[in-house]
Amino acid sequence: MAYMHIGKDFVPPDVPGKVTGRIKYAEDYTRDGMVYSRLLTSPIPHARVLDIDASEALAMDGVFGILTADDVYPDGEPQSTGLKILTNEPTLVGEPILALAAIDEKTAETAISRINVTFERLPFVLDPLDSLAEGGPNGYPGDNNTFVFRQGFATEKWTEDQVASFRAGNEPTAEAQQTWSLGDLEAGFAASEFVYETTFTTAGYPHHSMEPRSAMAYWEDGKLYLHGTSQSLTALADGMAPIIGVPKEDIVFINAATGGGFGQRARAGSIPSMAIPAKLSQKINRPVMMRITREEEFTIGGARQGFQGWVKVGFKPDGVMSACDIYIISDNGGKGGGGDASSAADCIDVLYQPDALRFRGTSIVSNTGHRGAQRGPGQNQIAPIIAPIMDKAADALGISRLEIRKINAPRNGDVAGPRQTPFTSAYVPESLDMATQQFDWEGRQSRRRQRNGSKVIGLGLGQGYHNAGRSGMDGIVTMGTDGRLKIHNGVGNLGTYSYASTSRAAAEVLKMPWESCDILNVRTDNHLPITSPQDGSNSIFTNTRTMFGAATDMLNKMKEIAATDLGGDPADYDVSNERVHQIADTSVGYSYAEVAQRALELGGKFTGEAELPEELAEWTQISVSRLAGSAFMGVYHDPRHEGNPPGFTVTCCEIELDLETGKYDILDMVTIADSGTIVHPQGMKNQLVGGAVWGIGLSGYERHLYDPQNGLPASTGYWQSKVPTYLDTPVKIGTGWVDLPDPENPVGARGIGEPSMGAVSAALTAAITDALDGHHFAAAPITADMILNHLAGTEENAVPLAQNNFRG
Amino acid sequence: MVATSHDVMPDIELYQPTDEDNALALANTLGSDGWILAGGQDTFGWLKDRNKAPSAMIELTQIDAWKGIKETADGVEIGAVTSLTEIANNPIIQARYGVLAQAAGIVASPQIRNVGTLGGNLNQDARCWYYRRGLDCYRAGGNICYADSPEGLNREHAIFGASRCVAVSPSDTAPALVALDATMVISSESGQRTMSAQDFFIGPDRDIRNMTALDDGEILTAVRLPGEWADAEFYFEKVADRNVWDFALTSVAAVMKVSGGTIEDARIACGAVECVPRRLESVESAIRGQQRSEELGARAGEMAVEGARPLNYNNFKVPLMANLVARAVRG
Repeated sequence: MAYMHIGKDFVPPDVPGKVTGRIKYAEDYTRDGMVYSRLLTSPIPHARVLDIDASEALAMDGVFGILTADDVYPDGEPQSTGLKILTNEPTLVGEPILALAAIDEKTAETAISRINVTFERLPFVLDPLDSLAEGGPNGYPGDNNTFVFRQGFATEKWTEDQVASFRAGNEPTAEAQQTWSLGDLEAGFAASEFVYETTFTTAGYPHHSMEPRSAMAYWEDGKLYLHGTSQSLTALADGMAPIIGVPKEDIVFINAATGGGFGQRARAGSIPSMAIPAKLSQKINRPVMMRITREEEFTIGGARQGFQGWVKVGFKPDGVMSACDIYIISDNGGKGGGGDASSAADCIDVLYQPDALRFRGTSIVSNTGHRGAQRGPGQNQIAPIIAPIMDKAADALGISRLEIRKINAPRNGDVAGPRQTPFTSAYVPESLDMATQQFDWEGRQSRRRQRNGSKVIGLGLGQGYHNAGRSGMDGIVTMGTDGRLKIHNGVGNLGTYSYASTSRAAAEVLKMPWESCDILNVRTDNHLPITSPQDGSNSIFTNTRTMFGAATDMLNKMKEIAATDLGGDPADYDVSNERVHQIADTSVGYSYAEVAQRALELGGKFTGEAELPEELAEWTQISVSRLAGSAFMGVYHDPRHEGNPPGFTVTCCEIELDLETGKYDILDMVTIADSGTIVHPQGMKNQLVGGAVWGIGLSGYERHLYDPQNGLPASTGYWQSKVPTYLDTPVKIGTGWVDLPDPENPVGARGIGEPSMGAVSAALTAAITDALDGHHFAAAPITADMILNHLAGTEENAVPLAQNNFRG
Repeated sequence: MVATSHDVMPDIELYQPTDEDNALALANTLGSDGWILAGGQDTFGWLKDRNKAPSAMIELTQIDAWKGIKETADGVEIGAVTSLTEIANNPIIQARYGVLAQAAGIVASPQIRNVGTLGGNLNQDARCWYYRRGLDCYRAGGNICYADSPEGLNREHAIFGASRCVAVSPSDTAPALVALDATMVISSESGQRTMSAQDFFIGPDRDIRNMTALDDGEILTAVRLPGEWADAEFYFEKVADRNVWDFALTSVAAVMKVSGGTIEDARIACGAVECVPRRLESVESAIRGQQRSEELGARAGEMAVEGARPLNYNNFKVPLMANLVARAVRG
């Protein structure tokens, strides 16, 4: 389909600000009378606050007050998992206990050091399996070690023998908290020619967003003005208002740019710390800036769950995956969160379409950083574990590594997951063909395991998946008498440019030159509709639907006005060159400026004063009511879609591994996406390359380290956590996309954020395994020390399946 | 209460002397209360985290006399305040002491090398995270080593020379200077003294609180590279988790005089395996007069790791060190 905007590169309006440094992040704002807040955080992994003596600090010049959990939860802290604003029972080192406001940061820091907090130390645990073992420490309140939905904190125990057997590499025998299955597992394994079974472990990996979650707040005329960070302004503010205790109509959330938000800034519940300056400002009646440090960002910024798992996979002689049995212990961290394990099993079902699958999973505490959203809940952790198993099956059955993936690939019409949800569309075989052709996969096979001195070549093929689209949000577009299109967009500015690229769907409907469009975002008093939280790869699918719908509503109203005024039926009208006109005679019509003027004169439904969609969210209703009567308006509530809109990626890579150092260079890498019609090619490429760097980090670098002796985090910054650097990634990463439209989206788009990481992680792990003659570490990451120990035949001292330790 | 990352500079005096006499006078007057810095890359973390609390900083970057690279009658002298980037890019160093150019050019990241100095790289403190975190370990004046314990995180720590503390020498340039048999020029108000690079670095058995032989009031002001090892055959390799902004898991610096494939003389030092750059004198003796070959390299590697005592999580350093030494020797 020929589009005016869709599929074309453009310069998003925030780019000049990003390039020049003029764009403002939360920390860049000031306000007359602003004071500075610092946090006193827990130095202990699990404790209870018995007493806070802040008298000396409060007596200091330049100190304005403190805020404690007792202030923010006068009726007691919620007894649930998840981060609190402040707490009296910290379950991880770094959890905020209190905030103090002072004239400057130095004074605040000095005052903090003069506060005496009396803690009662409670048992802590860093490895969920240690807690799971009978008699092991429990890290949650009330001497619990797990949280059961709708039941609350609970305790889950295995016998010591059961834990030891699992660590020794055997299938867990204890009953799991959660289970679901598909097909006949026993029959599946009975039909298998090749069966592979292993335990595995994946490390948690934290956000490390470049912009810490700093925030500044002040109150004026009864309204709260909160400068913060988010992935979606309205989704965030909608949830933040009740956390702070302010009516939704009285909060103005301001967020021009966000320096990284990979799931943990999508919803208010994962970033309640932004309520601290708001509450403190209310208490001391001054604007409050709260700067979050790098270490604080690590501890409360969120990380993906680590896995301790066991998997058994069977393949029929023709290469079909006949059965997969998977059992995962998820590391819930100190605050709980994440349904990663079930999603990991779902991902296997999606990508390999086994005849039968059983998932079993249990989530257990560790007194480590907060866990939750972080670019792919489970799909990306499991990708590097399964890819080498696919290769082993291919080799054992005499099928090529490409062919076995094509045999099992999801296609249009296939279903997957516990609810056997159909895909809205799926083109994975096409993606595999495109990736392998662009990479010359077949041509490179002769290079596999080729030696050059101490170096050896390895090839890897990986696949990634994430559900990539939701619905049910709202859209608003307006037009004034200048005829310019104003696109009210609550999508956050993450650097993906999705706030702009989703807006182009509205411009497309009205055939509006991009130069005549204004995107209204940055602050919620720009009257923004409720939007998706912009997490889980769903922005492009979800918000192009709302933008398209709102613009279509405006288009229909234009035609109705023109037909009423100028004669004929609305169906006789079309738009072009910023005019609504008769199709038969383009001279008969209105300019957009004129039709907007007519809309204002007519009022009612044309200006948002009547006939609004009944299902509009409360937030959208507030915005529409404030706009009502002031501009020509298109309003839309997006109904639910059918099926699962998937995002798929395929990655090929070649590495050269040095057997004397355990290091490797990634010589070449190609990633191809199946994500529907591409709305913004440059943005798409950025997503694929950015995800690739993360995938490299997951498979090869990133560590999540806590000291077992005292529970302190040891990988809080960019150096110790080993996020990949520029020279650890390939010089060039080839990208491409199959570019076939999805029928459930008006412009054919589906998302891609998460899968771009998983496929690369899978391909890189497969390549390392290939270079090491098939040695399967069944772990992520795989680091130089592991490779060297394997090659030297050195027994590792690491505790099998250990979490938050990662081999010291 | 254990220190956390406060990320705010404390109140502290800042002195920026513009000549040598003033700097040395300040160093003498302030003694252990004076924190000497140039690029500041090993300073601000300590101070902002409040894990070190000097009363004043003495910042040396305005002292031109301690900057630059100049040829001398017997080699080259490098001012200690010379940036690592300048050393890595200097034509004389590149041409005649390539092992140092390589070592300086792989420190941390380009941004850090641009401000970081040779003196700072050599004098930087232990990178053991327990120590940096502000825990009360031996090196910090306490009576425990958290890394050398059954559960300690010690993947990056020493496999040689442990003595209560198991931290390693983190400097990339230090093994190169030991291999080059460099001389360290140490100045104070009472005069100047020199010592070999090998003697400059000291282990915990001698002084568990300091990694160099500098006394209070002394400043490392220059490093002299002897003509004897100019234009030798050099080998430098650093293996780290990452290729940028990381400390070595193990490094090797070798200088050799080779004629017709025969090693006439050699000096080899390894980094990140001991608290000091580990000079491999037995290996040097064994390869002297030998023809370079795969076999000789392998034997040298095996010899290099004799006596290694890995901790829980750093077994891998043994084959890594052996492999790097083998690569250096076999050529």
